[in-house]
Amino acid sequence: MATTATIDSAKNAWKGGIAPMKASYGKLMMWFFLLSDAFSFSALLITYGLIRYAHPAYAGAVEDFTFSQEYWPIPEKVFEAVPFLHGVHAPLVFVGIMTFILILSSVTMVLAVEAGHRMDRKNVIKWMLWTIIGGLTFLACQAWEWSHFIHGAMSGDAVAEGTSFFGANLTQNQYGPPLFADLFFFITGFHGFHVFSGVVINFIIFFNVVVGTYDKRGHYEMVEKTGLYWHFVDLVWVFVFTLFYLI
Amino acid sequence: MQNEETNNVQVQPVDKEKINKIWRVAGILGAVTLVEFIFAFTMPRGVLLTSIFFGLTIVKAFYIVAEFMHLKHEQKSLIWSILIPLILIMWLIVALMVEGEAIFTTRFGY
Repeated sequence: MATTATIDSAKNAWKGGIAPMKASYGKLMMWFFLLSDAFSFSALLITYGLIRYAHPAYAGAVEDFTFSQEYWPIPEKVFEAVPFLHGVHAPLVFVGIMTFILILSSVTMVLAVEAGHRMDRKNVIKWMLWTIIGGLTFLACQAWEWSHFIHGAMSGDAVAEGTSFFGANLTQNQYGPPLFADLFFFITGFHGFHVFSGVVINFIIFFNVVVGTYDKRGHYEMVEKTGLYWHFVDLVWVFVFTLFYLI
Repeated sequence: MQNEETNNVQVQPVDKEKINKIWRVAGILGAVTLVEFIFAFTMPRGVLLTSIFFGLTIVKAFYIVAEFMHLKHEQKSLIWSILIPLILIMWLIVALMVEGEAIFTTRFGY
């Protein structure tokens, strides 16, 4: 059977017996799962884009910006707090740190995959551990960010028809139109859940590496597959970062 | 993929070139993010800035998918079956942003 496949491979590439995309079943399925997951995230991000541009933008100078229900807030005025630096105005610094943490954890994941190709168990363990630590750090940062967003800024002058409201929930928020907070919760929440499941999956694979499952199996392809998922989480954050925090 | 168990695991030596390349890509990703920050605080908001942000986001996405996820080094058929749907989605994001502005014009009339 194998010989016929090699002889007629160009003609019969899709008739079974060989892998026309030169990727294993598991890896292919991971790719197509990620593609479908990209659709889910796109739906959320497209919704954000549509709703944002269907709302009035703030027209005045950035320095004079105040929160209002009348227009969409400028992100750098909403996300300007950093843990342990109470009252310090540091626009987008914390989210920048989060971005770098996630990029770095992606790098350590590539290094783990690379070590896996060389059957280097010690280095796979080292780099996967760093990846898991990076993921947990990101989650901790996001928890702080959410808590700060929900409880509100001390200096925030939130006014909706003469009443003050600090922080945010699904129906009301001090930063701008209700949809702003809703989209923040849904998009960063959905992404955060992906990071969380990524950390869990990474940990399971990490455990298998430690007990030597992949040495026995003869290849470290599972590390590659979980790596694909982890990079995808990083990739989504790149888009969330641009749409939510920059534009 | 063979499923039979093996006991003689051969650790291969490190290819310095490969490791350097990984860190080089990481450097590019970090640098692009920094540039985005600089633009966010120095340029006035508008269509131009939004386009620049989109362009830089695509650059970052390219490096993550092509190098980190190794897609650049896969078969052509795999590359295109992932890429074509994503290109259509990029178009949809921009198209519905424009649509959002049309809704805005209808709602607020200017």
